[in-house]
Amino acid sequence: MNNALVSMKSVCKSFANKPILQNISMAVNSGEITTIIGPNGAGKSTLIRLILGLISPDQGVIEKSNHLTTGYMPQKVKIDPTFPISTLRFLQIANMSNEDCHNALELVGIPEVKNTPFHRLSGGEMQRALLARAILRQPSLLVLDEPVQSVDFNGQNELYGLISSLRSSLNCAIIMVSHDLHLVMSSTDHVICLNHHICCQGKPEQVTQDPAYLDIFGETALYNHQHNHKHNLQGKVLDVDGNHQHGEGCLHD
Amino acid sequence: MIDFLLYPLLAGLGVAAVAGPLGCFVVWRRMAYFGDTLAHSALLGVALGVLLNIDLGVAVTVICLVMALSLVAIEQRGVLALDTLLGILSHSALGAGLVVISLLSDVRVDLMSLLFGDLLSVLAADLWVIYSGAGVALVLLATLWKSLISITVEPELADVEGVNVARVRTALMIITALVIAIAMKIVGVLLITALLIIPAAAARRISATPESMAVIASFAAMLSVVSGLATSWFIDTPAGPSIVISATLLFCLSLGLKQKG
Repeated sequence: MNNALVSMKSVCKSFANKPILQNISMAVNSGEITTIIGPNGAGKSTLIRLILGLISPDQGVIEKSNHLTTGYMPQKVKIDPTFPISTLRFLQIANMSNEDCHNALELVGIPEVKNTPFHRLSGGEMQRALLARAILRQPSLLVLDEPVQSVDFNGQNELYGLISSLRSSLNCAIIMVSHDLHLVMSSTDHVICLNHHICCQGKPEQVTQDPAYLDIFGETALYNHQHNHKHNLQGKVLDVDGNHQHGEGCLHD
Repeated sequence: MIDFLLYPLLAGLGVAAVAGPLGCFVVWRRMAYFGDTLAHSALLGVALGVLLNIDLGVAVTVICLVMALSLVAIEQRGVLALDTLLGILSHSALGAGLVVISLLSDVRVDLMSLLFGDLLSVLAADLWVIYSGAGVALVLLATLWKSLISITVEPELADVEGVNVARVRTALMIITALVIAIAMKIVGVLLITALLIIPAAAARRISATPESMAVIASFAAMLSVVSGLATSWFIDTPAGPSIVISATLLFCLSLGLKQKG
């Protein structure tokens, strides 16, 4: 597609000979919100880190648009308490402008913490401060790794509302990792269901009906066995019907 | 008395000025053991310098740099936990240095001054070396300050935001090696890390920004040098250890202050 900000073709990545991602082909298009869901250890963060360029693929190609500026919100930032840094100063690492930093804190709803030492922020404030730093670079792509971690339920809804409003206010694409599709359904255009490989992808309504999704997320009542393989507890592919296709260079059996 | 104390005082102040900001990074990045390893390898540098008959300062600097760069390389391969690796290298370097020095029977090497410093014997020529070394280290720290702060806060965010993390980290290792090489004359290989981390730790409680902590640490280190030298002069104690004890007293005093930031 022409308007893809990032696209991957047949990407594989292993750590210590353990295949984490296999034959991943996907694209992030401008203006779209993409959500990656999958169980623990499925390779979601690895996929994010490949997109960010923090690690390189073992095989396959990752193409990035020339106009790509990335804002990244990591799962967590742990700052040693011996390091004295206010929340405002933390933001200024990304963008020196005092005014921009104030505006970003307003936008994520925590203007009152600007002078609070970063390591004293609560879990929810920390997530919002990280989001503020990610948007300070005026990104064309916002990459969020589990953005609602350690935020209570009401806060989660609020934060997802904020994230989907960022798409229009910043005019950017968003790719995020989430555990719970139902929470993000309404604000997602494209869902990628990941378990070492892409089990299924598409619009959220489609994915929630997909046997591969149901298989992983346990709603077995609707399972109708069109899915061509199963997973054991370790997420390993069990080839039930003998028709599971391997990508080039994939290492699993 | 003035001549006798002026050179040591100037030498100590020069090292203290750069020990402040560098010590902050050692504290923030938990590099204390790394500093020890480089300091201990400095002794090996002295031994090799005597053995090969080259300038000791040059030998120490080269050995520290080689050690720092190999540590960067080994760390990236992740064979062993970093503290285990540093423990092995640190004590092997110290052991090897002591063994080689003991084998040099025809040369007299003052082991005590290497281990605990020999500030009172500083000459004008040493001052040149100390001030150029400290100057280069300070200029490098100031130039790279923003990137150093960024990788200390969170290396992956720094990387995404365009900082060359590996290059900045290597530069910090090189600066550390350089400062250790010049600080050896002041406090000796066993006490160098103390001069780096104690003033920084003392500065922490009254600092609300990284910059103020770096500056306050510098002043704390300088104050330690002055009072350590004074102690040494008036009650005839070894200068290096007296400086370290002065820094420790400052740290204890700082504990009574209210934590900022």
